[in-house]
Amino acid sequence: MRKLVALIWLSLALALGEEIINGAGATFPYPLYSKWAYLYHKETGVRINYQSIGSGGGVRQIRNRTVDFGASDAPLRPEEAKKYNLAQFPTVIGGVVISYNLPVEDLKLSTKAVCGIFLGKIKYWDDPEIAKHNPGIKLPHTRITVIRRSDGSGTTWIFTNYLSKACPEWKEKVGYGKAVRWPTGIGAKGNEGVASYIKRVRGSIGYVEFAYALENRLRTALVENREGNFVKPSVETFQAAASGAKWDPEKDFYEVLTWQKGEKAYPIAGATFILLAKDYPKERNKKIVKFFDWAFRKGDEVALRLHYVPLPEEVKEKIREYWRENGWF
Amino acid sequence: MVLKKGKLVEAITGVVLGAFAVFVGLLLPVLILATLLKESLPALERFGILKFLTGTVWDPVSEVFGALPALTGTVLTTFVAALIALPISLGIAIFIAEIAPRKLKPIFSTAVELLGAIPSIIYGMWGLFVIAPLMAQHVEPFLQETLGKVPLLGRLFEGAPTGIDLLTSSFVLSIMIIPFMSAVVKDAFSMTPPLLKEAGYGLGATKWEVIKDVVIPYSLPGIVGGVVLSVGRALGETMAVAFLTGNVHQIPKSLLDPLTTITVAIANEFTEADSDLYLSSLYYLAFILFILSFGLLTFAKFFILERVGKRWGAGTI
Amino acid sequence: MGGGNDLRRVILKRKAVNVLMLSLSVLTALYGLLWLFWILADVVLNGLKYMSFDLFLKDPAPPGVEGGGLRHAFVGHLIITSLATLIGVPVGIGTGIFFAEYGRHSRFVGFLRSVTDVLVSFPSIIVGTFVYAVMVKPVGHFMGVSGSVALALLMIPVIAVTTDEILRLVPNSLREAGYALGAHRWQVIKDITLPAAKRGILTGVILGVARISGETAPLLFTSFNNNFFTVNPLEPMASLTVTIFQYAMGPYESWHGQAWASALVLTAGTLLFFILSKIMVHGFRRWG
Repeated sequence: MRKLVALIWLSLALALGEEIINGAGATFPYPLYSKWAYLYHKETGVRINYQSIGSGGGVRQIRNRTVDFGASDAPLRPEEAKKYNLAQFPTVIGGVVISYNLPVEDLKLSTKAVCGIFLGKIKYWDDPEIAKHNPGIKLPHTRITVIRRSDGSGTTWIFTNYLSKACPEWKEKVGYGKAVRWPTGIGAKGNEGVASYIKRVRGSIGYVEFAYALENRLRTALVENREGNFVKPSVETFQAAASGAKWDPEKDFYEVLTWQKGEKAYPIAGATFILLAKDYPKERNKKIVKFFDWAFRKGDEVALRLHYVPLPEEVKEKIREYWRENGWF
Repeated sequence: MVLKKGKLVEAITGVVLGAFAVFVGLLLPVLILATLLKESLPALERFGILKFLTGTVWDPVSEVFGALPALTGTVLTTFVAALIALPISLGIAIFIAEIAPRKLKPIFSTAVELLGAIPSIIYGMWGLFVIAPLMAQHVEPFLQETLGKVPLLGRLFEGAPTGIDLLTSSFVLSIMIIPFMSAVVKDAFSMTPPLLKEAGYGLGATKWEVIKDVVIPYSLPGIVGGVVLSVGRALGETMAVAFLTGNVHQIPKSLLDPLTTITVAIANEFTEADSDLYLSSLYYLAFILFILSFGLLTFAKFFILERVGKRWGAGTI
Repeated sequence: MGGGNDLRRVILKRKAVNVLMLSLSVLTALYGLLWLFWILADVVLNGLKYMSFDLFLKDPAPPGVEGGGLRHAFVGHLIITSLATLIGVPVGIGTGIFFAEYGRHSRFVGFLRSVTDVLVSFPSIIVGTFVYAVMVKPVGHFMGVSGSVALALLMIPVIAVTTDEILRLVPNSLREAGYALGAHRWQVIKDITLPAAKRGILTGVILGVARISGETAPLLFTSFNNNFFTVNPLEPMASLTVTIFQYAMGPYESWHGQAWASALVLTAGTLLFFILSKIMVHGFRRWG
């Protein structure tokens, strides 16, 4: 009996000694972060517990200092970051894709069609605005069910930001944000939830981060970009969208990648960001930064495999410099 | 000396146990209510009472929050669920109390109670994986084809049959409340004096007539109390419906519309609310739910069941 | 003779109605059973399909990586519920004792007892938001132990009410015999009433555990979730129920499988507790 108690205490002490770093936020990079964390744990024994609760939650939890780091796909403006005493840097670039549940491959959606569908004006799949760009595809007369996020979400932020730039009516009626007043649709929690509902509901359409669509074998639409080309979501087209980005450390790397110029630029691309509290003990932030440095050095391949675009080397160097200035690296 | 020590222990146990009792029976609910109120103050100041209760907009971007959609959702799901569950529960109670052979009774009651002991998250998950597809592919299209064609009534069945809507939520919730409801109704039945029933039979009444004219009227207050109690419980149910409502802050116009309830809104948005006013509005919702369910439960307990003279508690958990 | 025919018709009609209504009642009973078996069958069949040793022995792998289990959630669930029981049982039993032994004739205690009765059916999610406000926010992060507190608060009324009811079943003559010997109230409680009601109280405790072991809502914002194994209750901690919520809602097939398997474990556990308490109640009644 005494031995058992001793054993329990020992394991307790061991477990308490092991480090856990708690992060929470965006669901957009969750497949990647969880994989990085898994490999990092294997290599170093340090546990990065990342919970995907949505970007809104990520910002809130780090503002309230209830987690060690937050994550968001909607970048904070430099003045906001200053106000909450947060540091911000990007980790990877990804894309939000429009997925649908119809037995039709490579559906082409014009900007007008996307606006109409998400505004609730285009109600059936055989609407002329959709059919026009998809000759040769027989579209059923099925009702369209829009699936969107119910939680505060960076994916929503990126997607509605694109809609606001692409269609004036959306900008006027709805606007953009981590959560908006949707004119139509069913709400689901997290990218996981949206992907799951799209899979479940026939005739549905929604937006998810690319990795979710791929891992769940959801069909994705070709979307019309600023130049009027229909582009397929892919690492190349995301990269094309990010080619003009400046990544200014003075602005805490604030950068929006939607509706960018470029023949091949995918219109709904975005970076995902990490938020650190500047007033946390340096030691704590050092551990977090160490993880992301590891990810920058060794994580690119994993990122590409999940169809995220790694940051260019010079941007990574800029971020390391930014860490150094804060005394974390 | 021994006597003194005894007295000391006596005093201490009395005070400690008393403190526990006061904490549980008085402080805890008051503390919860006060905390909810305090946390919802920013929203309360911003929107007031009437504006919040009647507000139909739930917009985290422009920070306008109204409780009406979630409140209606809560009331509607519970109401529809109770509507489905009531006749079934009555039937089950009649079966157990009056029809089932003696040996079967305990087995059958236990089976129904087992249904009530299944964790609500299991109901939710099963509802999502099993019932929702069934509803979307078979039940709802069928309802649209039949009842949907009837004028006026048809409006209740408009919309895309997704299986993630008011109908499915209420349906799964109804299965969940049947055990509790039938248990309280059964208890109410059992309070009918056998003598009255015998008298009924003596007059040549059939079993159904005795049930209809003696048992049900006699136990009516108990039935009503039990139903209100079940409704009070169902109001606060979260996980069984969390998968199935569709999380939309809108007042459903049809049984096939997605909606949200107070509990689902809190469960989904609580950790994610990014502004103070947003979180505060969620607390405000929790506050309303507190008043609603505490009010209903108290009403059922004090005004109906207490009069019937029976305590409802351990036996019906 | 027409009158006789009418009478016969009325009797026939009454009999027909009788048969009809009674068969309807039987049908509703079957309807109830149908769902019980349907749910259980789905949980058992799907659960068994995905059941494996890895489920209990391994920590989760990220989505897309094969294998992994839910050891962290099983252990977390056990720790959270055990701590909750540790907090909830003494307070619950104490409250029940006070209701039954001290306050039989006091109106104030009667009021407390009624409020406790109401609390048994109280929405559990509200308790979660309450604990978030008083424990998580001030401390600054999610903790397994705050989940335990939330569950304890749900469990206390259940245990208090059952303890109270059981103690009332103990015949007063036993107590009076104690007092006649000059014993103090606490001695009577300790040496006479509690031993007499031991089994019934234990039943109440088991019922309380059964009630909380399947709870999800109060854990969402208190113990939160953790992808890693931890036994430190001061860290965010995974629980079976929250993990099922997350996994069932998620889009991955492997998650659904693990959710079914853990649903089976959870359901079996809760129902076992429930059946155990039933058996004990019957034992107690027979004994009493």
